[in-house]
Amino acid sequence: MSSPAPLAAAGHVGEGFFRERNLENLPCQAKETELFCWHWATQNIGRYGAPTVQHLEIVVLSVLIGFTVAFALALFAHRSRWLQPPLLAATGVLYTIPSIAFFFLLLPVTGFGRDTAIIVLAAYTLQIIYRNTLLGLANVPPSVTDAARGMGFTRRQILWRVELPLAIPEIIAGLRVAVVSTIAIATLAVLISAGGLGTEMYGSNLNFPTAIIIAGAIVILMALAFDLVLLTVQRLTTPWRRVRPR
Amino acid sequence: MSALPLASFGGAIEFIFTPQESNVTGGKKVGGVDKSVELVIGHLEVTVVALALALVIALPIGLYLGHRGRGELLAVGIGNAGRAIPELAVIALVATLIGVGMRNVAPALALLGIAPIIVNAYVGVRQVDPAAVDAARGMGMSELSIIRKVELPLAVPTVMGGVRGAAIVIIATATIAPLAGVETLGDFILNRNVYGENGLLAGAILVALLALIIEGSLALLQRFLTSDGLKLKTV
Repeated sequence: MSSPAPLAAAGHVGEGFFRERNLENLPCQAKETELFCWHWATQNIGRYGAPTVQHLEIVVLSVLIGFTVAFALALFAHRSRWLQPPLLAATGVLYTIPSIAFFFLLLPVTGFGRDTAIIVLAAYTLQIIYRNTLLGLANVPPSVTDAARGMGFTRRQILWRVELPLAIPEIIAGLRVAVVSTIAIATLAVLISAGGLGTEMYGSNLNFPTAIIIAGAIVILMALAFDLVLLTVQRLTTPWRRVRPR
Repeated sequence: MSALPLASFGGAIEFIFTPQESNVTGGKKVGGVDKSVELVIGHLEVTVVALALALVIALPIGLYLGHRGRGELLAVGIGNAGRAIPELAVIALVATLIGVGMRNVAPALALLGIAPIIVNAYVGVRQVDPAAVDAARGMGMSELSIIRKVELPLAVPTVMGGVRGAAIVIIATATIAPLAGVETLGDFILNRNVYGENGLLAGAILVALLALIIEGSLALLQRFLTSDGLKLKTV
């Protein structure tokens, strides 16, 4: 059955009218299957400020602690080679234990909250940073250290002025992996009430795709931003790598 | 006090082996060795399916890109982006938008495992001495057998590094799979109102052990798959 043209046009107008009314009366966040609710997003973007800052704090503190410890371990292991296998095994165990399990294993010791999250995430980064730092130091050509020794450099000078600068690309590569993974994993900190962007994905938000997508996007953008910053730092600190002929 | 007493580890280990009355379920017995084994199997099942799926998808892509020496940006880009994906968001979105259960969760976990496998396969093949590949080509090997018989064997340590990385991510994320209706050890951890604090700790102990055992087995497998000639070189 074909309906007359004017009526069809009227029906069309009616539909549009209804859709608008619906949006006002029944906001899209009420519909669970809606992929992304712009209306809700534009009105609620402000609530992501505090969790983002918390997330940043957790990540920065964890990576700083992890870097300090791993860097020191790598320097020790570089000097005393017998330390390398046990340190690799120990950091490997810490890396392998899933963060969620680790959070709760520490619960009887450090309790709920941010400290536990930072300890676990710092422990997670150890292996990545330790391995890359050691690799960077091992990749320094012996001819270079020999030359430095020939010029009268002490062992300490060789380490800080020759070996470590040459190891910067590997060290920063490790740092990049550590930071990006930590930013992603820190979302799980919500499980031990440590805050962060995970709070916007868990609990009552678990069934609300819009909230999860926004929080997830912030996490990914944060990771991307840190990655770019570290890449820039690497470029600036190793100017000789840019002029090396291919 | 927010911290549980240290003695709770004893309670957790007891929980793994013998069912106990939980103070939260009103006398109903929970935990015990049967339930623990059931959840370990569930955890293993989804892990193995997801890892196999990730391997089937990622290994050929990584090997091919490495062999052609193309798509470095693609391979490395996928690797970096993959690391940045928050696991919690993946599981939550799969549960709400796609569906719950093994059929939906295993591919989602596989997705997280794809990135490390592609990158390592790519890097591993690229690191193979071009002279070895040229020699193989000169001997009349087809491109496929060059990948299979020359590049892959020489890249085993790196490729297995990627597989191990993928396994770690998948086991870890399988812990939150109960949020999407797949019974894993995460049940003990996430359903605190059923299993209580002993269950919480028991789940954490079992997940940690499982991860270490799987990682250890993959390390052994790597040793077994690496050709003796390569072992000589690296030692």
